Amino acid sequence: MDVIRDATQQYLKTDIPDFRPGDTVKVNVRLREGEKERIQVFEGLVIARSHGGVSETFTVRKISSGIGVERTFPLHSPIVAGIELARRGRVRRAKLYYIRGLRGKAARIRERARTS
Amino acid sequence: MVRGILGKKVGMTQIFDDEGRVIPVTVIEAGPCVVVQRKTGERDGYQAVQLGLVERAPRRNAPKPLQGHFGKAGVPPTRLLGEVPVDADDAAKPGDSVLADIFAVDERVHVIGRSKGRGFQGVIKRHGYKGGRATHGSMFHRAPGSIGASADPSRVYPGTRLPGHMGDARVTVKNAKVVKVDTDRNLLFIKGGVPGARNSYVRIVKVT
Repeated sequence: MDVIRDATQQYLKTDIPDFRPGDTVKVNVRLREGEKERIQVFEGLVIARSHGGVSETFTVRKISSGIGVERTFPLHSPIVAGIELARRGRVRRAKLYYIRGLRGKAARIRERARTS
Repeated sequence: MVRGILGKKVGMTQIFDDEGRVIPVTVIEAGPCVVVQRKTGERDGYQAVQLGLVERAPRRNAPKPLQGHFGKAGVPPTRLLGEVPVDADDAAKPGDSVLADIFAVDERVHVIGRSKGRGFQGVIKRHGYKGGRATHGSMFHRAPGSIGASADPSRVYPGTRLPGHMGDARVTVKNAKVVKVDTDRNLLFIKGGVPGARNSYVRIVKVT
């Protein structure tokens, strides 16, 4: 495992904010349109984070015109140009899949105090 | 040019290409290897070099005959010996070292290894048979079913797919792509999987 960690070190990002499931983030997604490149923001609730070195991924869920949209990003992928923490949330699970079945008031998440 | 190398499978991971796409790769610690013997057209009837894989921990228990074999090449004994093809006009001689830098990015290679042993397995796992229903009075679960006709031919045809030992066999992955070569750490990154468990030995040969 150590060999793999060393060998993939160069792909790891170091500028990742400390975010966890329950937080709301803005993900700057790099899009390619022919020759041009532009950044699109995908803002939503982090409902899962799956660890594993370079293979680490996180899933963001948002409600887009009434329809739930989820996107799973490889955390260290160059596609993810940046992550901004918009709001911290207090949750008691590591995976918030239950939120899929909830909507409106029930799907709210309490804000997390600074310290935790 | 020496056309192959011996290595040890480190494991799988993923890396990103320029477009940001994820490429699944197997990391192989390839070499350093030493040439132990040169097989020539005149003497052996084919062109090859016998390589030994130099590992961090040296081999201490080589039997006398092998000690002689390695002594002849003037190299310390290795745990693994294997042959790889070599160009006929190549000057490789015993004692030379072979490193991962013989491979280039985007090159196609064959990876030869020994698959993970699965033990004695039934036809569903071993041959991909469908099997029958588990419940509702089904009396046909994981059995192979009919294995042939009756009095004619009165025997089971050779090659009929039946339960038996699965895995632990030589497997070649052909035309695998080299995605990255790390010459400092002697690592080869090969796209996709290669046979065997982590820490198992593999042989990587250039596609001719």
